[in-house]
Amino acid sequence: MSDHIVCFSQVTKKYLGQVALNNVSFDLPRGKIIALVGPNGSGKSTILKLTAGLVHPSQGAVTVNGKTAERRIAGEVAYLSELDILYPFFTVAETIKFNAGLFADFDEQKAGEILSFMQLEPNKKVKHLSKGNRGRLKILLALSRRAPLILMDEPLAGLDPVVRDSIIRSMISYLDLEEQTVFMSTHEVSEVEPLLDMVVSVNGGRIMGIDEVDNIREQHGLSLVEWMKETLVK
Amino acid sequence: MSQAFNNTQPIYLQIMRRLCRQVVRGELKAGEKLPSVREMAVQTGVNPNTVHRVYMELERLAIAETRRGLGSFITEDTLRLKQLREDLKSEQIGSFIADMRETGFSPEEIMEGVRKELAIIKA
Repeated sequence: MSDHIVCFSQVTKKYLGQVALNNVSFDLPRGKIIALVGPNGSGKSTILKLTAGLVHPSQGAVTVNGKTAERRIAGEVAYLSELDILYPFFTVAETIKFNAGLFADFDEQKAGEILSFMQLEPNKKVKHLSKGNRGRLKILLALSRRAPLILMDEPLAGLDPVVRDSIIRSMISYLDLEEQTVFMSTHEVSEVEPLLDMVVSVNGGRIMGIDEVDNIREQHGLSLVEWMKETLVK
Repeated sequence: MSQAFNNTQPIYLQIMRRLCRQVVRGELKAGEKLPSVREMAVQTGVNPNTVHRVYMELERLAIAETRRGLGSFITEDTLRLKQLREDLKSEQIGSFIADMRETGFSPEEIMEGVRKELAIIKA
C-alpha cells in the first residue's frame, strides 16, 4: 500500500487546446481531511475529476491508492459531484438501496444511522425534497461508502447555514479517518477550517501552496483565509 | 455546535488550553475520563485528528494518560496537576507583567494597581 492516497505527477490537462491544469505535481497523505481552494475556474473541479478517473490527463499520471486513476477505480473513490445526480422519481430509501446495489463497499447500516441523524424521511420522493435535503442526501451517500478516498466537489455550495452545519457535523461523526481520506473543493473556507488537516490552493491551473492548517497558523500566524490570499496573489 | 476559535493559533493548542483551564478550575478532576476522540470532535466541531493530537500532547505533558481500550484520562498524579496550576498562574501573570511594562508601568505601580483592583472586586 503506497503512503499517499493521491499522487499527481507532472499532470497537464487541456480541454480543446485550453490549458486547465499546467504541469501539476503533488501528493496527498492518507487519513486527513484536505480542502482544495481557489477562485472559480482555477482548476479545482478538473483536479477532482482527474482524481475520480472521470477525465484523463493530457500528460502525466494520476494515481489513487496506488492505482492509475480511470473509470475502474470507482471502487476506491466515492465522488460527490457538484451537480444534482439523484433520480427525482426515487424515494430517499430507494436511492439508498440503489446506491447499495451499485457499490460493494456501501454500508447500509451506516446509511440508516446518517438518515436519522440528518432527519431525512425515507419515504419522500427525491423530487419533493428541498435543496438542503438533497444536499444532505448526497452527503449521506458519500459517507455511507467505505471507500478509501472521498471526493467532494463543493459540498456546501448554495446551502443555508443550518444545512451546512449538519453536513459538517455528519462528516465529523461518520468519517473513518483511520481508513478514509477526504479531498474536497470549497469556497466556504472559514466555515470548514476547524475540520481541516491540510489545504491545497490552486490558481490558473497551478498549485500555489500546500500545507497543514496547524503549520499555517503556527508558523505564519495566519488564518486560512489570509494564507489563501497570500498564496493566490504570489 | 463548534465553539469559536481564534484565527491565528493552531486549534489543537486552543483546545489544550481549554482543557487545562478546566482542570485548574476543578471542572475536570484527577483520574476523570475524557470524552472519546469522536465525542470530543463532535462537541467541539473539529476534525477527529485534531482531538487525537490534543490527547497526545496532553499525554506528552503528563496531564492525561491513555489506557489501551479504555480511552484517555486526566492523570491521577495530583502533584503534576498542582504544577500545572502553578505553571498557568505564572504564565498568565508573566504575560500581564510584560504587557504592563511595555505600556510603561513600574513594578510598584503594577503592584499597587493590582491591590487596588482586587480590593474593589472584594468589596
